[in-house]
Amino acid sequence: MQKRNSRIILGALFIAVFALFLLPSLIPGFDASLALADETAVTSDVDTVADANAVTYAPAPKLTAADYPSIPGVNSRVVVWLAAQLHLWFGAFVLAVPIFVFIIEAIGMATRDQRYDNMAYEFIKVSITAYSLTAILGGLLAFSLILFYPDLFTYLSTIFKGSMFAYALLFFAESAVLYIYYYGWHWLQGGFKKWVHLTLGLLLNATGAMLMFLANAWTTFMMSPAGVDAAGVFGGDTWAAIHNFLWNPLNIHRMIANVAYGGSIVGAYAAFKFLSARSKEQRAHYDWMGYNANFIAIAALLPLPFAGYYLTAEMYAYSQQMGITLMGGVFAWIFIIQAVLIGALFLSANYYLWCGLGRSEGAHRYTPYMKYLAVVIVGAFLVWFTPHTLVLTNAELKSLGGPYHAILGPLGIMPAKNTAVNLLILFTFLSFMFYRRANKTATVSWAATGNAFQIALFTAGIINIFILGIYYGYFTNTVYKVAASIPQVMTTLVIIITSVVIDVFMYKGAKEVAPLHWGRSRVSARSQYALFLLAVSFTWLMGLMGYVRSGIRQHWHVINIFRDNSPDAFTPGLGYAANVISVGTIIFMSMVIFVFWLSTISSRKSTTAGYWKEQGT
Amino acid sequence: MTKKRRIPRLLQLVLVVLGIYLGFVLTFDVILGQVIPKSLLTMYMFFVIAGVLMVFTFTEESAQELIGPIKALVEDPSKKMVRNVVFVIVPLLAGVYTYASLMPSFEAPVELRTIHPAPPSSVKAFGKRFDLATLENPYRKFEKEDPDKFHKLVKQGGEIYIQNCQYCHGDRLDGKGPYAAGLNPTPLNFQDVGTIAQLQESFVFWRIATGGPGLPAEAAPWISSMPIWQDFLSEDEIWKVILFLYEYTGRQPRSWEHE
Repeated sequence: MQKRNSRIILGALFIAVFALFLLPSLIPGFDASLALADETAVTSDVDTVADANAVTYAPAPKLTAADYPSIPGVNSRVVVWLAAQLHLWFGAFVLAVPIFVFIIEAIGMATRDQRYDNMAYEFIKVSITAYSLTAILGGLLAFSLILFYPDLFTYLSTIFKGSMFAYALLFFAESAVLYIYYYGWHWLQGGFKKWVHLTLGLLLNATGAMLMFLANAWTTFMMSPAGVDAAGVFGGDTWAAIHNFLWNPLNIHRMIANVAYGGSIVGAYAAFKFLSARSKEQRAHYDWMGYNANFIAIAALLPLPFAGYYLTAEMYAYSQQMGITLMGGVFAWIFIIQAVLIGALFLSANYYLWCGLGRSEGAHRYTPYMKYLAVVIVGAFLVWFTPHTLVLTNAELKSLGGPYHAILGPLGIMPAKNTAVNLLILFTFLSFMFYRRANKTATVSWAATGNAFQIALFTAGIINIFILGIYYGYFTNTVYKVAASIPQVMTTLVIIITSVVIDVFMYKGAKEVAPLHWGRSRVSARSQYALFLLAVSFTWLMGLMGYVRSGIRQHWHVINIFRDNSPDAFTPGLGYAANVISVGTIIFMSMVIFVFWLSTISSRKSTTAGYWKEQGT
Repeated sequence: MTKKRRIPRLLQLVLVVLGIYLGFVLTFDVILGQVIPKSLLTMYMFFVIAGVLMVFTFTEESAQELIGPIKALVEDPSKKMVRNVVFVIVPLLAGVYTYASLMPSFEAPVELRTIHPAPPSSVKAFGKRFDLATLENPYRKFEKEDPDKFHKLVKQGGEIYIQNCQYCHGDRLDGKGPYAAGLNPTPLNFQDVGTIAQLQESFVFWRIATGGPGLPAEAAPWISSMPIWQDFLSEDEIWKVILFLYEYTGRQPRSWEHE
């Protein structure tokens, strides 16, 4: 039996690896790139033959409203919009979970602490049901696109046919690896088997990442088309179309955002289980799980604004029109909502950490400091969402002498926001540091020096962030304004990394002041609702910003190349768009709660005395 | 030993929120002389209250102390009189607020105008089409190549500005020209860090050449008084004025190239 299982695993691994290697051969551009080294050896005769066989592609079609099929009573744009968004929410979740499950499993292996292994298993268990929902919604999206936007689908699939086929194959590979990874969890335990299991986790992540990168290429092609001429005629180089201007910025942003999002959803799961727990042990377990999920979400949330800023800066660099539409034009107010929601994420993550101080009596030493953190966090948050275009009453307009506010105006542009978000991140990290120290006292001889160094580091870093933000942000060329955000980020990262390193050494062998009680009654229900808020804010935020990213194409399917002439080509009003996203968020959260509920009924058993016929022995 | 009297938590919360509110009004409206817009103050106060509530409720003791008087007000039979008074006053206050918010007024409704509408990808002016993604100021190169020539061009731009633009945008480029008070929206303040410093020269060229009527639909309400300057100035003159705008204000046009 065991031999048979090993064969199944080896077979699945072989298929997955084969699919990964097969991928380049399915994408013509990959061939071209790989063959570059041999290019000199290719004779002119071969070129002639290749030219003769070269496929000629049609330009982007010029459509009329009649080219878009419709079903009476169905708004095709909303159907595609919601299907795509729901698919993306679930997709982000199921791609993220294996990333941190892999890390948690590895931590468990390194520390030989089985609690980590159990938690990793529970995380992947939640994502399994979500995985099938992702696939179903992906199918719904593909069908709706083919049904309602057939010419667009045909145009894109002509260019990306190779990568679309590879995507389908990779999906098989991912499913195979995922199911073996999940169902084989308890079987592949101990010694070499555990290493095989961990390798499966790595493979699962590799296939998942490739799937996302391929889908990202199709999306970003519509925003920054490459490999086609001005009329949309495809040149035949698929790699050029995939490796378009915005592909990598989106890849990076989505990868980090997925982890933060996945963390927040499993955090909500832990909160759900915590609130419905009936025993002390269950409360303790889910309290611990919620803490870890929140840690994952915050750890990924900290670098996320930088990845987002990079993506936006690249959009601006690609097209001034797109950049201004995004930040200063018609979508500017959605950016304010985005800022508010990001602030809500930081507030709820911090609140959860502060509430967590109640787990240990030792934390009383630090509770008075939280109000100072709150002042900075809320202050930075207010700057973060101050709009550039103020909504003024006529009296205010008259009083100010125009729409420009001498103090609030400068707070409305990016240098102020970058400074604010760096402070927001640093002080959130400080909340985490206080939490980490809650039940311990450092015993090393250099503890006072270490603390003094950390204070000096924070002070110097914050001064540096202010100088970079104010001087380079307001008194230099725009290129330096944008570039100054990089040393700001670096300052924040240096502070965080250096502080963590100092803390790790300083608290080695630290004395426990008071034990940490997971799940005790002082861990309030409020803190669990903060975890829910985190998940809902993330979902809403992703939906809104996803709409903005897609919406800046305005009346184009593929910007400046393939015009949208459907009856829905207009950019909807902000209120309408926000309503669609809000409905989507409610549908998604309902489906997520359904997934959570499924996880509770799978372990329930009903007594069936008298129902089944007694079997004679 | 006498026990130190503490202000009740609920009162503390109310005082902190009120203090911050008054702090905003006092700082902006009185000390700085720049009113804080009501819309923004509402947003600020919403999150200030959220932050204050976070601080007051993150420990169980503090949360109980905060909720205690409210619970007592609702549940304690001895507080019947206070309860009745509160239950009358609170709905009345809500009613007054609702009435004040919904009462019709003669004031024009607030308009959310996009100050920086997105430019089209190309624009038609002077009988030809300009691609705004690649359009550059033909004189910008002289800033490094021939500074004397550059300064002459800036000077010429300044003269054009004084003859044509300062009536509205002001001789200090701060949007406070002699006619500015009669216009709504008021002319652009080029000294503001949020205006030309944020823009590429091609954007400024588009706005000057096509003026208010050239604004895209999304820039509604379309009420800009900016004339269509391509009817009065040459292409060269517009580029020179743009040089002057940046030079006088000490701003640099948005660009993706390092100096």
